[in-house]
Amino acid sequence: MKESRIAKKKRRWNRLCNGYVFLIYAVLYLPVAVMMIFSFNDQRYNYYWNGFTTQWYAKLFSNSSLVGSLVYSLLIAVLSTLLSVFIGTIGALGLKRYEFKMKKYINNLLYIPIIVPEIVMAVALLIIFMKIGVALGLGTILIGHCTFCIPYAVVTIKGRISGDNETLEEASMDLGADRVQTFLRVTLPNIFPGVMSAAFLAFTLSFDDVVMSNMLAGAKQSTLPVLILSMSRTGVTPDVNALTTIMILVIVAAMILNNMILKAFHRGTKK
Amino acid sequence: MNGKNIVSDGMSAPRKKNRIPVLAMAGPVSVWMVLFVALPMLYVIYISFMSRGVFGDVVYEFSLESYQTILDPTYFKVVLKSLKAAGITTVACLLFGYPLAYIIARKPKETAAKLVTLIMIPFWTNSLMRLNSWLLLFQTSGPVNNFLTGHGLVREPITFVYTDGLVMLGLITNMLPFAVLPLYSTIEKLEKSLLEASADLGADAVTTFTRITLPITFPGIFSAIILVFIPSLGIYTVTDMLGGGKVLYIGNIIKNQFGSIRNWPLGAALSVLLILVTMLLIFIYTRFAKIDDMEVV
Repeated sequence: MKESRIAKKKRRWNRLCNGYVFLIYAVLYLPVAVMMIFSFNDQRYNYYWNGFTTQWYAKLFSNSSLVGSLVYSLLIAVLSTLLSVFIGTIGALGLKRYEFKMKKYINNLLYIPIIVPEIVMAVALLIIFMKIGVALGLGTILIGHCTFCIPYAVVTIKGRISGDNETLEEASMDLGADRVQTFLRVTLPNIFPGVMSAAFLAFTLSFDDVVMSNMLAGAKQSTLPVLILSMSRTGVTPDVNALTTIMILVIVAAMILNNMILKAFHRGTKK
Repeated sequence: MNGKNIVSDGMSAPRKKNRIPVLAMAGPVSVWMVLFVALPMLYVIYISFMSRGVFGDVVYEFSLESYQTILDPTYFKVVLKSLKAAGITTVACLLFGYPLAYIIARKPKETAAKLVTLIMIPFWTNSLMRLNSWLLLFQTSGPVNNFLTGHGLVREPITFVYTDGLVMLGLITNMLPFAVLPLYSTIEKLEKSLLEASADLGADAVTTFTRITLPITFPGIFSAIILVFIPSLGIYTVTDMLGGGKVLYIGNIIKNQFGSIRNWPLGAALSVLLILVTMLLIFIYTRFAKIDDMEVV
């Protein structure tokens, strides 16, 4: 009898815990749900719910400033992902493998963009660019994004480099492969999951960035987040909701695909 | 600039041969960090000691003008307000996040992994659009006010929009995952046997928690504090979206110095203030744990 009372108490406690988890998740998902629902709002500005429509999805590509900012954001995200993952991959290997005088300082410097508030980094870069007289635009935004993407890439990839890789590399070199061949055929496949996560992280960080893009952009073209920020005073239009709804669906699909690739990869290496 | 240093430090011949791969691999990241992190940061500190000219230009003469301006009540109030907001956000994230992380960590591994991924998914939606959703919900004619007036709970719609309260809601919901993730990874490593031993030795649940669980998971708590407090202190997007220009934090003030107001030295001095707060927290953190242990991703 007593046993079952304890079991009952435990079950009630478990239910309470699950309820708590559900509640927090509901609060985290509520804004996403609202964003999706209001993409079907039949109103030019999203002030209140006015009825159901799918017109914003159909008209999505006729809003040229929206499409322009999306393309610009994608371009920046792709370029900064490629650049920061390239520098981050070789950098992580270099910092892990070799000893050199400034290594300690570089390792400490890498933490600065991760920890210091982004506005500080953006202001620091802006002042330097103004001092040298660099025109603000794509180049300066790219430098800004890479400055926070590279440290994340290095940290992510460094975590994947283990000691066994080095033995394999030595074996490869002993068997007559040169450095580049060894890197492409032995080192890279070994750290590939880390490189993939770094790329995913860099892309999402760059694509969602507001602060750097806002401070370092020229007057000509703004990225999607900067456009949304500038819209906020007058009200964000429902077509932006439609666009971001499509985007989150694409990202979740990409994530599932990424996981599948990684799983297949793991199965491949185990065999 | 970095390469020169390495080659010229008088290494013996066989080690010199190994310099080429070091340069090729660690060179780009080192140069990038020096050029775009170290140099700009030092320059911000330098500019913060200059003064503002009549036309918003920088006068290159040593002055403590900007730091005096920060102490001026108008600006100092904003600094205090930002510190308070970041503090409340941090405490709220710990209070909501710790139990959540604990419950998740006690679930079977597969379930826990799924729950952690589920926390991250909303954060791949554009953060400004998520903030905009809170705005839509809490508008004067929005669903929340309709519900309240419709059920006769309030007579007049409540003004939530552009208030400190809504900004706090936005901050807390935006920052919560950054508290949950480091907390989860330290709680997950907590040995269950320790808790059992404590219970066997007669400690009640509260004693076990305060004497065992809390001290062991302290590094996670401190990581959470750093990952929530510092970004909240510098943020300006949440105040811009949900505060509508009426709620100002340090981030907004800094941004404005580089826009319409044009007072770079003041913006730089406020940035230095943020750097100092960051360094102070990191210094305290490194007293307790190694910085490499920090969960940043």
